[in-house]
This record gives sequence, C-alpha cells and structure tokens, in this order.
Amino acid sequence: MALDDSTISPAERARRDFKRRKKNKSVGLAMLSTLAFAAFVWFGLLATPGWQRVETSFFNWEVAVEAFPRVFDGLLLNLRVLIAAAFLVLITGLLLAIFRTLKSPVFFPLRVLSRGYVDLFRGLPLIIVLYLVGFGIPGLRLEFLGRVPAEVLGTIALTLTYSAYVSEVFRAGIESVHSSQRLAARSLGLSYSKSMRLVVLPQAVRKVIPPLMNDFVALQKDVGLISVLGAVDAVRGAQIEAAKFANFTPYVVAGLLFVLLAIPTVRLADRISRKYSEREQMGSTL
Amino acid sequence: MINWDKPRLRVTGLKKHYGDRVVIDGVDLEVFPGQIVALIGASGSGKSTLLKCVNLIEEISDGQIFLDDEEISAPGVDEDEIRAKIGLVFQSFNLFSHLSIMDNITLALKHVKGMSKEEAIKIAQRWLDRIGLGDRGDSYPDKVSGGQQQRSAIARAVAMDPKVLLLDEVTSALDPELVGEVLDLIRDLKKTGTTILMATHELAFAREVADWVIFLEQGKIYEANEAKEFFANPQQERTKAFLSRMAL
Repeated sequence: MALDDSTISPAERARRDFKRRKKNKSVGLAMLSTLAFAAFVWFGLLATPGWQRVETSFFNWEVAVEAFPRVFDGLLLNLRVLIAAAFLVLITGLLLAIFRTLKSPVFFPLRVLSRGYVDLFRGLPLIIVLYLVGFGIPGLRLEFLGRVPAEVLGTIALTLTYSAYVSEVFRAGIESVHSSQRLAARSLGLSYSKSMRLVVLPQAVRKVIPPLMNDFVALQKDVGLISVLGAVDAVRGAQIEAAKFANFTPYVVAGLLFVLLAIPTVRLADRISRKYSEREQMGSTL
Repeated sequence: MINWDKPRLRVTGLKKHYGDRVVIDGVDLEVFPGQIVALIGASGSGKSTLLKCVNLIEEISDGQIFLDDEEISAPGVDEDEIRAKIGLVFQSFNLFSHLSIMDNITLALKHVKGMSKEEAIKIAQRWLDRIGLGDRGDSYPDKVSGGQQQRSAIARAVAMDPKVLLLDEVTSALDPELVGEVLDLIRDLKKTGTTILMATHELAFAREVADWVIFLEQGKIYEANEAKEFFANPQQERTKAFLSRMAL
C-alpha cells in the first residue's frame, strides 16, 4: 500500500522533495554530458582528413540498399545454424558435464575422455576447429555422407567448441547444488542416477540459465565465422556484395544486422540474471 | 505399545573415524518396534554421525547394524533399498527446493516405491492433512514457515512407511515459537506407534515422549536409562553436569 501525499509526515515529505530535486539535477546533468559527448565525437570524426573517403566507402546508402537482400538471406542461414548449434550444444554440454560427475569405475574412460575433450576444445581457437572440421571431414572421403554442406560442417565445429564451454557451466551448476539436497534424496532411497536426474539436475539447470544466456550471445556472433568454410551466410554475402561494388558498406550492413539480432538476447539475458540475483538477495538494494 | 520380542534396530560395536579423529567409539544400542529412543549429548558428541551411519549415508569404520534380522552393514547389500526403509529427517529440513511440498512427498513414493501418481498423491495428501498442511501441497518450500517446512520434511520421511524413523535435531534450526508444532507432530507419531531414534537438544521433550534416553559423550554411551529415571536420577557425574548445564 503506497502512502499518498495527504497522509505522509512532514519528515517524509522533506525526504521526498530532496530526492526529487536530486533526481532532476542528475537527469539534467546526464543530458548535458550526452550532448557534449555526441558533439565531440561528431565534429572530431568529421574533422579527420580521410572522413570523406570513409563515408563513401563504408556508409554508402545506395550500396547498402543494393546489398541488403543478399546479406539478409545470408543472415537467415546464420539463424538456422544458430538454432541447430544451440540445441546440439545444450545436449552435448549437459552430457559431458554429467560424464564428469560420474563416480563409478565403469565410467572411468568416459570421465577421462570428457575431461580431455573439454581441455582440448576450450584451448583450441574456434577458427582452427572450423578449418579442421571443414576441410578434414570432407578429406576423409566418406562416400555414404555424400557432399556435406559447409553450413553443416560449420555447425559441427561450433558445437564442438561451444559444448566444451557449456559443459563447464553445467558442471559448475551441478556442483553449486548444495550437498544436503543430494543427501536428502539418497536418504529416501533414490539411487545416484535418480537423485541426479530428479533433484540435482533440475536445480542446477535453473542456476545456470544466466551464464548460458551469455554463451548464447557469444555463439550468436560466432555463427558468422562459418563463412570461412564457404557457406553463403551474412558475412560471405557481404563479401560478395563488397567485391561487386568495390565498397565496404555491405560489411557494415551485416554487422548492424548481427547487432540487431543480439540486442533482444542480451536484454533478455540481463533481465534473467537480474531476476535471479534479486531472488537470491531478497530485499535490500545497496 | 512397545513390542519387546526382538529389536527393530540393533547396533553393535559401531565405530566411526575421520582419519585420526574418532567420532563414534564403540556404540551398542537397540530400538524396539514402537519405541522412542532419544540421543542426547553436547555438540560433537556423535549424535548426528550415529544417525547418518544407521541410514548408511556415512560409511562406518567398524561394527554392525541390523534392521529386523537383516544385517544392513553387510558387504553387498542394496543400500538404496535399505535407505528406503529408514526415514531420516535433517536439522535443516532439506526439502527439495525446486519441488512443491506435494511433489517433495510423492517423489520417492513414485520413483523408489514405484507407486502410480494417483496412489502417491493419495498417500501424500493424507499426510498433509494429518500435519495440518492439507491445503498447502502446491506451495513451494521457501513460501512456508520453518515449522511447516520441517513438518513437511517429516511427512516426506514417514510417507515412505519406514521401519524406523531417524530424527536429527529436527527443531534446532527453528525459531522458538515454531518448535512446538514440530514436537506436536512427533507426539502424534508416537501415538500411532512409529519407531523413532532421535537426536535432540530438547531435554524436556525427550523426558516427555522418549521411552529410553542415551547420553553420548565423546562418541561413547556414557549413561542410558528409562527416560523418567534418567532425568530424575542421573547416575554419573558428567550426566548431572550436562543436565544442569542444559537447565533441567
């Protein structure tokens, strides 16, 4: 129940007036400094000796309009790769994390392999993985596979690298579930695997949603790297258009499209992590 | 109420050490069907560890544990199956935080006892009604009070119909005004003949509901007697000192 002005005490009224004055002052200050900053950048940029040339070769409106359809088509391919890779990464990452927590000696090889896998793919630069998969798998000449499209190979490479990261996130989540929860499950007679599946994992997954969103944002822009394998995605499309017009504007168009794609996810990630941290902190905000 | 034919739970020569530190140093005890046995003693006297050993959550270092006639400390027993027959309630409730109170109770009924969902819900609802939370089944643990959480945790354990119920200082983490409702529930369980082995700091409560009291000191049974006699006439110096320290 909010107190309205008629019922508040003079002391509270004075506090509110003070807060309001302070807030108005901050808003005014923020506007002023933003204007000053914008003016500085604008005139600073225009004053550079090469600005005229940069403007025509990077920010050319006609070229942007001409290049847009191809770049946009490419972006749709990026989106498809993104969705497929995100899905595969979640499954592979979760499996790897579970393998690493298995204690039974039967699973020794799985445990060691998954550990080696994570070490390897967290260390390897993504671009190298892309080359190895993109040119290595077709090099095996597996007839039954036929010709594997570049975007599929790119998806495999992205999955290999990102599942290593995501498995670490899941593992941290599993370890962050308090041991008393596992104890309670076991004391009821639930087996190790059932207590994992029914108690530990559901809680772990909830805890790792915010960090997973961050990895998703990173994946969202790294899907642009599949262009090195020749897949005609937004980046490759921009490359083709850039060559046609001898102008860099298509790259700027592609870049803007990636940013536009990322903004909703970034906002969502921020909101989710804020929600989670609020729940943990319960109340006070300092 | 107590059936003296043969013990439900029998512990002989139980030892537990962590490296060089001896926590339980040769404990023998028996709990008969329908009996309530209270373990008392200072913090660190081994009460909680003893209960965890009986539930096979802690590995024991020596000795034997029998449930009815079965040696549950024998090599190769199915520990999950044994644990399903022994209820354990923790000091800190340990309700599953991602599940509603109803689902907390039905989880093991479904996945350990293999009951159908309807069957499990029926049993759980009966227990929820009995502990006075009949309409709170859909609530999540963090939305109810500590006393309600602990009562739910006890319901989760007894819904499995265990042969013996182990209570590990179930009121120690509660605000004073919430202790009563949990103790009431234990009184209620006593009436229906639940076999209980409980570690507790509530000496007045132990005197009231327990049939037998065991005083643990440094991992050993220092004195044990019928509850009334134990509190009225403590024999050993340290027991007297402990009881007077606890203001009883």
